[in-house]
Amino acid sequence: MEVVQIQRRLVDYTKSLFMEGFLDGQFLQLQQLQDESNPDFVVEVVSLFFDDSEKLLNELTIALDQPNVDFKKVDGHVHQLKGSSSSIGAQRVKNVCIAFRNFCEVQNIEGCLTCLQQVKQEYYLVKNKLETLFRLEQQIVASGGSIPMIEMGF
Amino acid sequence: MGMAADSEFHVLAVDDSIIDRKLIERLLKTSSYQVTTVDSGSKALEFLGLHEDDRIHQNTPSVSPNNHQWRLQEVEVNLVITDYCMPGMTGYDLLKKIKESSSLKNIPVVIMSSENVPSRISRCLEEGAEEFFLKPVRLSDLSKLRPHMLKTKSKDHCKEQVDEKTAFPSPKQEGKEEQQQSNNNKRKAMEEGVSPERTRPRPNGITSVV
Repeated sequence: MEVVQIQRRLVDYTKSLFMEGFLDGQFLQLQQLQDESNPDFVVEVVSLFFDDSEKLLNELTIALDQPNVDFKKVDGHVHQLKGSSSSIGAQRVKNVCIAFRNFCEVQNIEGCLTCLQQVKQEYYLVKNKLETLFRLEQQIVASGGSIPMIEMGF
Repeated sequence: MGMAADSEFHVLAVDDSIIDRKLIERLLKTSSYQVTTVDSGSKALEFLGLHEDDRIHQNTPSVSPNNHQWRLQEVEVNLVITDYCMPGMTGYDLLKKIKESSSLKNIPVVIMSSENVPSRISRCLEEGAEEFFLKPVRLSDLSKLRPHMLKTKSKDHCKEQVDEKTAFPSPKQEGKEEQQQSNNNKRKAMEEGVSPERTRPRPNGITSVV
């Protein structure tokens, strides 16, 4: 496939992620912080997010599986996940976290369990999407092309 | 945005989230500041040369008895930017400690928070925070930092002239000098964020839509 075609695919794919709400403007901010002297910045930050999130999801699963759930602890983990997803622009993950925290506040275990399931779903979805995006970028770079900057209306 | 040698300014960034530390470091470096990042308020105080449990002793080196250089000029902190929500010592606690310390109180402090709580914001500002940024922090937010750092820099210059005259130096000037008191050894244990090379990358605004 020609570089131009992959570039087109990348642009379209990225735009769709924004349209579908997987990513928000913060992701663009990350991309703007990347340049020749820090060419892997976005991948690095997102990788940190992946590692951190998976740890948090594990801890959440364990915490919600206890006979006496410590909602404060659960809330602490969700707060962290909300923060990191917000920092990289993973909008849908962040939004589930907001609902999740509300359930923690009223100590609604069912609500929390539902949110845990949802947040896992959203996390794996966005992880998948971002990995696809990075793969496209790699293909472009490997073919000697440059990664186009996305111009979004917002 | 042609900034001159802002790399003369050194910012200490405090955040327990590794993602946010990486972000703030990149934001600050892009704005041409020197950066050190730490993951807790207590580490921040250590870096600044202040121990939590004891007041700063001007005549006693903080840790190493062999270290005579506890009044170092080299690593001066011109601004502290800290997350609000951290386990143990919150950003607010850290702010308070800095403002209560005679040696550190002139360092401008900026608070970051993911939560927009008006009472929290006013509390921090009342305690002496210069700015309160909502997370995620953006490059445009950082442009607000420079004036605060410039203020403390110019005080330094004034100090030389005024010192001899005043019998009772104003707390602000006295504080600036003591601010440089620090322990070099401690810094090595910190998460190192200062890069020797002064890269001044600018996001290349190539917006070619294919």
